[in-house]
Amino acid sequence: MNESSVAHVDCGATAFPESEKAHKEKRIAPGIRAHRRLFQSFVFWFFRLSAAVNGIALLIIVYFLVARGWRAINWTFLTQPPLEAMTKGGILPCIVGTLCLSIGALLVALPIGVASAIYLHEYAHPGRLLRLIRLGINNLAGVPSVIFGLFGLAFFVVWLDFGVSILSGALTLGAMTLPVIIGASEEALRSVPDTYREASLGLGATKWQTIYRVVLPAALPGILTGAILGLSRAAGETAPIMFTAAVFYSPSLPSSLFDEIMALPYHIYVLATAGTEIEATRHLQYGTALVLIVLVLGLNLVAIFYRARLRRRM
Amino acid sequence: MAKADQRGKSRQRRERAIRFGFFSIALASIMTLTLIVVFLFMEGLPILSKVSVKDFLFGHYWYPTDDPPDFGIFPLIVASIAVTVVSSLMSIPLGIMTAIYLAEVASFRVREWVKPIVELLAVLPSVVIGFFGMVIVAPFLQSVFDIPTGLNLFNASLMLAFMSVPTICTLSEDAIFSVPKELKEASLALGATHWETIARVVVPASLSGICTAVILGMSRAIGETMVVLMVAGGAGLVPHSLFDPVRPMPASIAAEMAEAPFRSDHYYALFATGIVLFAFTLLFNLVADHVAHRYKQVGAATL
Repeated sequence: MNESSVAHVDCGATAFPESEKAHKEKRIAPGIRAHRRLFQSFVFWFFRLSAAVNGIALLIIVYFLVARGWRAINWTFLTQPPLEAMTKGGILPCIVGTLCLSIGALLVALPIGVASAIYLHEYAHPGRLLRLIRLGINNLAGVPSVIFGLFGLAFFVVWLDFGVSILSGALTLGAMTLPVIIGASEEALRSVPDTYREASLGLGATKWQTIYRVVLPAALPGILTGAILGLSRAAGETAPIMFTAAVFYSPSLPSSLFDEIMALPYHIYVLATAGTEIEATRHLQYGTALVLIVLVLGLNLVAIFYRARLRRRM
Repeated sequence: MAKADQRGKSRQRRERAIRFGFFSIALASIMTLTLIVVFLFMEGLPILSKVSVKDFLFGHYWYPTDDPPDFGIFPLIVASIAVTVVSSLMSIPLGIMTAIYLAEVASFRVREWVKPIVELLAVLPSVVIGFFGMVIVAPFLQSVFDIPTGLNLFNASLMLAFMSVPTICTLSEDAIFSVPKELKEASLALGATHWETIARVVVPASLSGICTAVILGMSRAIGETMVVLMVAGGAGLVPHSLFDPVRPMPASIAAEMAEAPFRSDHYYALFATGIVLFAFTLLFNLVADHVAHRYKQVGAATL
């Protein structure tokens, strides 16, 4: 697509037949065409620059976190709980907590999300109802994370009386990840060719048998990619768990769904803003941030490469 | 024969039940959204027995813990709008230009590399960006501009800009990419340069998609919490300069909810602030949805 459009420019700009070119330049003052092309290359460099700014921003952020964080990371840091009022020791409870919360969120969002996507793509007919459901999903995707926090607090923590717990946090994060999972699953279903469905229906299978035996297996890799993206999104969020699951400090690892826990993103926030020894724990903050982005970016890189391989195979 | 008939019927009944099951699950998103609205209002409206809507929205003083407390969120609303506008001034040009670069200028090979970078920028956890703004950007700004604090409106907007660029870029790129090839070819065949084609044909044709992208990017900026909580400075005053510390709505909610006694006036006021914030993002999203549907580009015929 891109290469072809670039090729077209060259056609338009240079590969004119000689006579036509001469004819053109007789009518337009000489130099104007060169001027236009100069302007174009100027503008295009500007575009390149703005794309580069994104890369540079990502590089700078990752560079600072790695450069200042890697020294903090060692075996003790990853396997010990915080010690001495969180000024020493490690972040094991936070890692465990983040894993619990994000996997919990995925367990909530994945079945509901995939089922919603199946309805939207396989069953629903265009109409007002479908438009309403889509509007709901789009708006849910746009709800600010802190509002999810308030909702989780009012609904799961207080109204359903789950308390500040893994369960409340996972449900809140699950509600937040739902649109991500629906979007990814729908795209995965869309990439399954219609001929698959027609072949299965033609053999006498019912719609459900077709979905279950043919469409879902074909869409599974795409759905898994979406699941990984949802997992990483849930792992990095702070605001939704601030009032529903996370605590400053808990001495032990969680033993039930109703325990409150520590989490990586909240730990960074607490150490960086609320501690009494903000400067003294700087290296711990960098270390925790580094662990978090390695987790999140790692999950995403896996998803990106996996997806690229899938596309190539299709 | 009758047996087969019956089996067919039971099969049909089962199919219908399955279809209905999926339909009910698909309603989960709307239900969640409804529950969010219901509970926000349930916990937020009681504050209106203490202050009027007008005093709440336009009161200039937010001192919820004083005696008597002041619940005026006007400075918070202004701060939210200010960080959103300032960050948009950076993120809109950057996002759209990157999108044009990716969709039109970059070669396939470069695109394969740049696109994941933009996507990775999108998934950086907000708390990490906030942390970065706090410990790296703030001291830098402080020394360069010689200002009392680096945690201010400008810093927060800068960080927010990099959070909304990926949204704007990805969605705009989709819109630009979907412009029919014939349009571009026609323009090029008439002798326009590639840039002229982009500026006069491609961008106008994908304008509705780009607008949607911009609105959703702004919606993301106004609702973003951790960045403004850590970087904006936290002063509940109407800002007068770019380098004033501010306290946008999400920051106020996140910072104070832990301290507000359960079901106190302060607690209700924070939920009411949540309603206002939710109303803003809902408005943004509905407008985006309207633009996307109303001016939907369906092939070349609708131009």
